[in-house]
Amino acid sequence: MDFFSFFKKKSAPPSGSVAKDRLKLVLVHDRVNCSSQVLEMLKTDIIKVISNYMEIDEEELDIQISQTQSEDNGTVPVLYANIPIKSMRKVQD
Amino acid sequence: MSEVIVITSGKGGVGKTTTSANLGCGLAVLGKKVALVDADIGLRNLDVVMGLENRIVYDLVDVVEGNCRLKQALIKDKRYDGLFLLPAAQTRDKDAVSPEQMQKLCEGLKEEGFDYVIIDCPAGIEQGFKNAIAGADRAIVVTTPEVSAVRDADRIIGLLEANGLNDPMLILNRLRTDLVQRGEMMNIDDVTEILAVDILGVVPDDEAIVIATNKGEPAVSNQESRAGQAYRNIVQRILGQEVPFMSLEEQPVSFFEKLKGLFRH
Repeated sequence: MDFFSFFKKKSAPPSGSVAKDRLKLVLVHDRVNCSSQVLEMLKTDIIKVISNYMEIDEEELDIQISQTQSEDNGTVPVLYANIPIKSMRKVQD
Repeated sequence: MSEVIVITSGKGGVGKTTTSANLGCGLAVLGKKVALVDADIGLRNLDVVMGLENRIVYDLVDVVEGNCRLKQALIKDKRYDGLFLLPAAQTRDKDAVSPEQMQKLCEGLKEEGFDYVIIDCPAGIEQGFKNAIAGADRAIVVTTPEVSAVRDADRIIGLLEANGLNDPMLILNRLRTDLVQRGEMMNIDDVTEILAVDILGVVPDDEAIVIATNKGEPAVSNQESRAGQAYRNIVQRILGQEVPFMSLEEQPVSFFEKLKGLFRH
């Protein structure tokens, strides 16, 4: 940091890269063509199934579609789920 | 061999009509026989951009409905040898034409011996879009470096591929070099990375386009215009030649210009 930058406002990232990042995220959703309604239904179903085996924190549950690097260096959409477990249920074998 | 190219974008106002006009003229200048087809029925515009609005007798819908022969509706551009315009109907709507009819029309134009048929597609993804792409052999997607235009371009690329028009080419229009240099606009690499398509050309934002459109004389024949040069390069690439991308660096500002700039504020 040089002397003068001390007086400047803390610089935000340039809007060009903000635009790019926002677009990338929007397009992940657009491309999988998955409405928020479908995502909500999926969430309910996942809770239902997992609750058979473990008690989960439904408030903290986070499900979203994002993307990851594929083998050929492109990107593929992934379903990302973060499900905090409170405790295991006893399941009969 | 003749080829039908559709110019499309999804979003309106990104420069489809301007691009169609310039590519058509550019190809004609190089000796190709070109038909420009305005597929934006109800919102006809290619005629005014081309400066041919006073010469319309018949239009696309007249041809499709058999009110006239194809040749009668084609307006010959006297400034460019081999350039013809098929105008859109202004008083009808998009449902006046079906994709099958557009396919037949494109076949008819190929039989007339046109080297290139360039279709100016309406904005949107509805009937007008479906009509415009029906007879196309390949597609050119026009976008600007803005989130809305790029998002729509992505949607359009998906729809084109779903309709068998694979590997569309991209034209990035209205790039503001000064903004890109400051990082306040997405650059060429950002857009091609996001859309994952090959780039056919980059057209800098240029007031010569506004002036050319005002006069009804496409900028491609303006030797001083940077946008005109960009369009000439794109035409060469359509013809299969490798043309290096023009430098979009800002021209160095002279000391005098800087001085003038100081007093302007």
